[in-house]
Amino acid sequence: MRIRRGVSWTLVVVLLLILTGAACKKKPPAPPPTPQPPPAPSAPTATLRAVPSTIEQGQSSALSWNSTNATELRIEPDVGSVGPQGSTNVSPERSTTYTLVARGPGGQAEASARVTVNVPPTPPTPVVPEAMEKAFQRMVRDAYFDFDKADIRPDGRVALAQTAEFMRQYPEARLLIEGHCDERGSTEYNLGLGDRRANAAKDYLVSLGISAARLETVSYGKERPFCFESNEECWQSNRRAHFVILPPRGGR
Amino acid sequence: MKMKLRTSLLLALLCAVAALPSVVFSQQDWFRTGTGLGVEKIRLAVPSFAARSKEVETPTGVFNSVLLNDLELSGVIELVSPSFYPLQAPTRLDELKPEAWTASPTNAHMVAFGNLQYSGNQLVVEAWLSDVRNPQAAPVLAKRYRGELTEDSARALAHQFADEIIERLSGGLPGIARTQIAFVSDRSGSKEIWAMDYDGYNQRQLTRCGFLCLTPRWSPDSTKIAYTGYERGEVPRNMIQIYSLVLNRRVAFPAYPGTTTTPAWSPDGTEIAFSSSQSGDPEIYIASADGSRTRRLTHSRGVDVSPAFNRRTGQQIAFVSDRGGSPQIYLMSADGSGVERLTSGEGYAVSPAWSPNGQLLAFAWQRSNSSFDIYVMDVATRQTVQLTRNSGRNEQPSWAPDGRHLVFQSTRSGRNQIWMMLADGSGLRQLTFEGSNTAPSWSWK
Repeated sequence: MRIRRGVSWTLVVVLLLILTGAACKKKPPAPPPTPQPPPAPSAPTATLRAVPSTIEQGQSSALSWNSTNATELRIEPDVGSVGPQGSTNVSPERSTTYTLVARGPGGQAEASARVTVNVPPTPPTPVVPEAMEKAFQRMVRDAYFDFDKADIRPDGRVALAQTAEFMRQYPEARLLIEGHCDERGSTEYNLGLGDRRANAAKDYLVSLGISAARLETVSYGKERPFCFESNEECWQSNRRAHFVILPPRGGR
Repeated sequence: MKMKLRTSLLLALLCAVAALPSVVFSQQDWFRTGTGLGVEKIRLAVPSFAARSKEVETPTGVFNSVLLNDLELSGVIELVSPSFYPLQAPTRLDELKPEAWTASPTNAHMVAFGNLQYSGNQLVVEAWLSDVRNPQAAPVLAKRYRGELTEDSARALAHQFADEIIERLSGGLPGIARTQIAFVSDRSGSKEIWAMDYDGYNQRQLTRCGFLCLTPRWSPDSTKIAYTGYERGEVPRNMIQIYSLVLNRRVAFPAYPGTTTTPAWSPDGTEIAFSSSQSGDPEIYIASADGSRTRRLTHSRGVDVSPAFNRRTGQQIAFVSDRGGSPQIYLMSADGSGVERLTSGEGYAVSPAWSPNGQLLAFAWQRSNSSFDIYVMDVATRQTVQLTRNSGRNEQPSWAPDGRHLVFQSTRSGRNQIWMMLADGSGLRQLTFEGSNTAPSWSWK
């Protein structure tokens, strides 16, 4: 009797152990109270427009943009960080796709706009015909100027009359006229003076009946001298409108 | 000879000051600067800052030499010769013995001192400026600066401390130790835009024009430089270009037909004036800084170039014109009205540059039978003072933001180089040495 009681006690204890062990393994952890999700920040929006979307090289296009829910906006390339809305002018050298990236607490949005740049067609490896080149070498002489002056001198008129004759003989020929100055004046003023000298030579050729469309000009001021000494002979040789022959325009 | 020159310059300055209404100069001390007129300069002793540990020895050497150089260049301080210093140099406030510094032969009014240490993975500078004639008063400056453990960082911290000393000892005018100078250099083989620290350190190439880039001008906020650019081509293209130092590349500005040169920023940075020959000959135009709203300001046959906005008001533009014969400096309202000639008509006057207070114009003037020299004109009275003489060709002045210093190009040492001087013509310092360097533009802040 005593033994049986002992056995049944042991059985109960063992059973209990097994039961609780099993129960402990099976029992899932109490689920945490599901947190109420915070209201999700609104996703940013972004728009970007380019007007006009097609430009000639050197012209500009207006980029304008708008955004909501964004804290950080960048337009690439060329523009950089911008405000939530606005506009700016761009003048890309080549066709460019501008991308606006708007970032905010709610994520990121992108918008892009393409500016197509019409690059003036350049004929494949344009060359100056040999006969034209030879005639240019023979007939065209630079026009020289007095110190701080852009007036065509008598010797300049003679030279420019020959240049006009060359242009009449070769109606396809085009010229670049470079305005140059001597080293004595200031860099900045001479950029202006060189422009006046190039234009004085151009205007004189136009007065002789040469189309302005065949004459390009550039001023180099005193930046690209022909002679590097500091004496009057050298200075005189640097005060000039210098002619460069340009290849005929393709298709004309 | 040198003595005599000095005296005549001083006399000229005295006459100029006497002739000017006192109002004009009540706000500035540049005429007195360096000439000993009126104000006694503060005698400052700067015993070497101590290196507290081995790793800060090199940065400490840099710090000491940069600080001394900044203070010397400032022009408002008389540095006491170190041979007059007492034997014991303080490195902390409690080590300072004021009476040792005020006694003869030191006769210091102020002492700047301190130490450098390495702590918390940082370079730490402890720095004081004490008025040793008022030993009871708290130090004028008691600072702790932190930075990286590098020479550049030591240099930057020395500039910062120097600027704070200068600001205290010059009545609130800012120091210039952290300003920049842009210029044109040919040392890379083509003329490019470069920039350097105001003391000539850290010279670096900004543009890669590969051809010709000229006439740089800082935007007032120091983030951009506008300049005259050229691009190669069958027909070379010339335009104003703008380089952003924030983006490290060019930003857009439109190209115009003809020659387009010499951009200049309005003091609020919203507009750019420039010279353009789109109408046939070079005239002054103005446009928004993004290139929109282009308007023509001048209407005169001949060359009009080098516009410069009055830096304080933005309401006046000085420029160069040869409408009367030779190039001279003219003034007009920012809308193009009221054109008047400022210079006498003699010789060849170019490169106008406004002082920060909008009262003085520095310019380069070649008078008959002499070379180009730097002059300063008080615009209200047309009084003119010559700053350089008998030393090569001196052109393209540009003012420091403190109104006490000018930078310019000079051939006095051979080829064109960038030089700095005080606005009375003293304190000359050559900043560039390599290649030919021209057209300096001092940042606005």
